[in-house]
Amino acid sequence: MSHTEVIDTKNAWAGDNNSPFGASYGKLMMWFFLVSDALSFTGFLAAYGFYRHNFASIWPTAENVFTHFPFIEGHHPLIYVALMTFILIMSSVTMVLAVEAGHRMDKKAVTKWMLFTILGGLIFVGSQAWEWYHFIHGTELGAFQLGIGTYTLPDGTIEQTQGIIGRWADESKQVLLLPWKESSEATANYLSLTGQELANAIAKGQEIHGANLHHNEYGHPLFADFFFFITGFHGTHVFSGVVLNFIIFVNVIMGTYQKRGHYEMVEKVGLYWHFVDLVWVFVFTFFYLI
Amino acid sequence: MEHLDQPYKYAVHHSEEEGKKTRRMIWNMFFVLLTITTIEVTLGIMWKDFGINWHFVKLTFIVMTIAKAYFIVAYYMHLKHEKSALQNTIILPYTLLALYLAYMVLTEGVFVDYINHLF
Repeated sequence: MSHTEVIDTKNAWAGDNNSPFGASYGKLMMWFFLVSDALSFTGFLAAYGFYRHNFASIWPTAENVFTHFPFIEGHHPLIYVALMTFILIMSSVTMVLAVEAGHRMDKKAVTKWMLFTILGGLIFVGSQAWEWYHFIHGTELGAFQLGIGTYTLPDGTIEQTQGIIGRWADESKQVLLLPWKESSEATANYLSLTGQELANAIAKGQEIHGANLHHNEYGHPLFADFFFFITGFHGTHVFSGVVLNFIIFVNVIMGTYQKRGHYEMVEKVGLYWHFVDLVWVFVFTFFYLI
Repeated sequence: MEHLDQPYKYAVHHSEEEGKKTRRMIWNMFFVLLTITTIEVTLGIMWKDFGINWHFVKLTFIVMTIAKAYFIVAYYMHLKHEKSALQNTIILPYTLLALYLAYMVLTEGVFVDYINHLF
């Protein structure tokens, strides 16, 4: 029995502290969790893409929906979302700088960069809340959702009108513009309703302002559903990321990792934080740009 | 605090020199990401003024997004410098399942489009 090794419980379960991946258990599990989470988001965005193309004619364009900028009046398409994206990328940079400082055992620098990361995350979550507020409240003019009925396109085809969102041509509300599907063009042409036709339509439909899970002033209700669901799910991730970062931040200040001899914990939450940024990169492209 | 018999071997440490190099890489990557995002936003707002095809714009967005994702995962999440076993364990299952999902959604999309044109 000369080859018998003494294996205590710690070595048995830690694989003698060896990993074919060259990474610790915690880091590996964080990676595996991120893979599964990435697949959830892929599923959401794929479903979004499916319905977006299915209802291409009445799908709103993000640049016509998200046009507000805090404290500045007027029409600023996509600018605020671009700023939010910048803030999240910036907080990703401060996070990776915290990780780098951890490798040098520089407690002061880790504290500083973690603090900036948390602040960036909070600004981002706040911005999302602000954007939700504007999306839910909508515009003063609102839009008109048609009831059961039909209308005839210039090429003679008859379309069902139920659920179609018409936009007012101007504030007098005398002309209602209906989207008219034009093959694969991203910009749809409009069909206008006036006079008796408009009066008939108004009798059956309803005015709507803003968006919720049933109605969406800007177009198809599914746009609002997906918007709330996907940005909400991402926002939850950002929020929990901020909470995790805060816990680690407190530990850094208390000197837990200085005593432990390494800052790997900062690296692990760093992975999660970068993932949140990574998801936003995709949400930004597929929700706001395309 | 639990005392370990052997030093924890997966913790990464580096010197002041290496730290400088890493920080330079971090800021370079930041400017790459910032540039790509700026191009994306400019294109998103102005593509109609440039007179280019929407499908081309869309493709540009997707390519740029994947490029950004690569930079974040490879450099900020450090996957580029992990062992290849770890790289493959993360990238392969994700890519395969994501492609399969894309395939299913496209197949279903083509079918639904066909049905929509029938009625």
